[in-house]
Amino acid sequence: MDRVFYDEMHDAHGACRPHYQAFSAWLSDTPSDVLAQRRREADLLFHRAGITFTLYGDEQGTERLIPFDTIPRSIPMSEWRTVERGCIQRVQALNLFLADLYHEQRILKAGVIPPEQVLANEGYQPAMQGLNLHRDTYAHIAGVDLVRDGDGTYYVLEDNLRTPSGVSYMLEDRKMMMRLFPELFAAQRIAPINHYPNLLLETLKHSSPLDNPCVVVMTPGRFNSAFFEHAFLSREMGVELVEGADLFVRDEHVYMRTTAGARQVDVIYRRLDDAFLDPLAFNPDSALGVPGLLSAYRAGNLVLANAIGTGVADDKSIYPFVPDMIRFYLDEEPILANVPTWQCRKPDELSHVLAHLPELVVKETQGSGGYGMLVGPAASAAEIEAFRARLKANPGAYIAQPTLSLSTCPTFVENGIAPRHIDLRPFVLSGRETRLVPGGLTRVALREGSLVVNSSQGGGTKDTWIVEDC
Amino acid sequence: MLSRTAADLYWMSRYLERAENMARMLDVSYSLSLMPQDGRGDGLDELAMPLLITGTLDHYLACHGQLNAERMLHFFALDEGNSASLFNCLRLARSNAHAVRGRITSDMWENINAAWLEMRGIAEQGLGRYGISRFCEWVKERSHLFRGATVGTIMRSDAYRFIRLGTFIERADNTLRLLDARHELLGEESENLDDRSARAYYQWSALLRALSSFEAFAEIYRGSPRTAKVAELLLLRADVPRSLRACLVELQQILASLPGENGRPAQRLASELDAGLRYTSIDEVLEIGLHDWITAYVEQIGRLGSAIHSSYLEAA
Repeated sequence: MDRVFYDEMHDAHGACRPHYQAFSAWLSDTPSDVLAQRRREADLLFHRAGITFTLYGDEQGTERLIPFDTIPRSIPMSEWRTVERGCIQRVQALNLFLADLYHEQRILKAGVIPPEQVLANEGYQPAMQGLNLHRDTYAHIAGVDLVRDGDGTYYVLEDNLRTPSGVSYMLEDRKMMMRLFPELFAAQRIAPINHYPNLLLETLKHSSPLDNPCVVVMTPGRFNSAFFEHAFLSREMGVELVEGADLFVRDEHVYMRTTAGARQVDVIYRRLDDAFLDPLAFNPDSALGVPGLLSAYRAGNLVLANAIGTGVADDKSIYPFVPDMIRFYLDEEPILANVPTWQCRKPDELSHVLAHLPELVVKETQGSGGYGMLVGPAASAAEIEAFRARLKANPGAYIAQPTLSLSTCPTFVENGIAPRHIDLRPFVLSGRETRLVPGGLTRVALREGSLVVNSSQGGGTKDTWIVEDC
Repeated sequence: MLSRTAADLYWMSRYLERAENMARMLDVSYSLSLMPQDGRGDGLDELAMPLLITGTLDHYLACHGQLNAERMLHFFALDEGNSASLFNCLRLARSNAHAVRGRITSDMWENINAAWLEMRGIAEQGLGRYGISRFCEWVKERSHLFRGATVGTIMRSDAYRFIRLGTFIERADNTLRLLDARHELLGEESENLDDRSARAYYQWSALLRALSSFEAFAEIYRGSPRTAKVAELLLLRADVPRSLRACLVELQQILASLPGENGRPAQRLASELDAGLRYTSIDEVLEIGLHDWITAYVEQIGRLGSAIHSSYLEAA
């Protein structure tokens, strides 16, 4: 089956799109040995700066570089405006959904979402029921994954409302591009994104009713795959980077252990999952959390960003209902479309999925990071049959989507430049207002034909440019 | 500042300082081992000294059986299985820096990370190809670079103070041990405080060079190095940056400038040690016996280290 891919740089006739013309001219004027030399420089700089991630399942915990491609992904401003409005609309609806779910549950009573879908979901936290949060904000930081189909339409692939990562690569990629190719930034107006940490700190401060709350970033530790990002953000914001053992709870307040004694903590930007936060309330084996944290949280003496229990809203089994949420809470039509989704828990949809496995992408509803999924067109017959057995055994744990023809962007590969598939993750911040910096993380699947962009599966990144329309 | 962060900063600089001092020691031992020796004449005693000082000689013998020049050098410099090797000192320093990379400047982090990446490259190549003296020079140079990046870029906050605490605690301890070991190796000759033998000259001047104090010695004493003068320089002179006294002056000042009430025990101990040294003369030291005096002082430095731990690094 021949698929049509949307190429970000060239139109169907092979002509360069207007917003890429300045770059394209520069690219053809720059000798290839200069480009190759700059690419080596980039690798060296990333390596020296230790901008790395750790791969799970790698016994040695080796730190790896995420491959960085020097051809940017570029989006015209007018197009970005739509994406931006769409992301804001979506995150607002999701926050309204979470506030409703943990209070009156109007949306369940109205029959828009079947209650068992939500209440039996692993991400649903009964401990959050009836708890009032400042500004009713649950997902202070959200990452919305977008892809483009053959005709260039943007689709939301998933919402990440727990601890979305990757923003440090967005910022480092831009720094790298400006260092390597300053002339490009002089030739064209590219919207700046470097103020993200500033907006993030504002968002975190506004998440608390206090005037000047003490904000910290909480990491599972230096062996976590995203430790670089945790350290990066705490440094950029100028706040402490804490681990569970640095915190303790006394009289329903959280304190950190400092060289000058105990100091109260008001806002925790936590980068570990709900289950690890408090061994008294959740996973008793967790050595990463803080005993009693939940009691301080429930007493209203602490803000967690994101809140506990946001996972219920970004679960893949809830995802099909997000357009309905937008209509229900905002009384608006969704600006960004969902990818059509078959829910394997429904017998008729399951039989459709089973009959079309080679064409579909099947994902675990709870999974993330590209682990435990089947990409039908790329899988062998044996892999498909193995997956079929797993799917039949537990259909409720899976959803299926058509294999999207992800858009492509020219990318440096071994023998020159070739198109590779990409996605886009803008980061949406919800504080006093909902907003995002113009841009996001563009991930690129470096293997030819691959549609999996996750860094754990060999994906790389590109700088993302929002450029003034030409 | 978080106690854990302070501990990571403190140990980062301790391990780096240790690597530097061990490299200085190794360089001295190596060059002395090349000199004509009394008795056996193979220089193995000299090469075994770094292992003796770091308490890893037994571990070495368990792994390799007999003394062998090349194996001892490798064991001390690059062996991953030797927890006190230069390789591991740098690995631990870098690992501590990694944990607090958000609290040090990117210049510092990139500097120590680059050093570690290069160290791994050297370990793959092996010392034979790199050359032991060149390797020791390299370690020293990386330590200088990191200190330069630290002094030149980091804010003068508690982070800076804990980094410096680690440096001076480690340096005080290492200077004492190096002096003691060299003194022991001279044996009876060193008891003769007026010893003018060529051997004494080479031993003492090698130690002074290792501690970058040869020029200072020449300028202050204008004569050949002898036990009493070398000991005075390395223990009691406040103007020689690697001397015990200089380290204690720094330690006392840094501790006094740290905020909070919980540091009293460490502050008091540092002040006592500093005042004690200030009014000690070298004759008093030699009366007690250099080795006994140093042994007692190594314990005091250990006590100060523990006090810093309980006051700040394991606080609250």
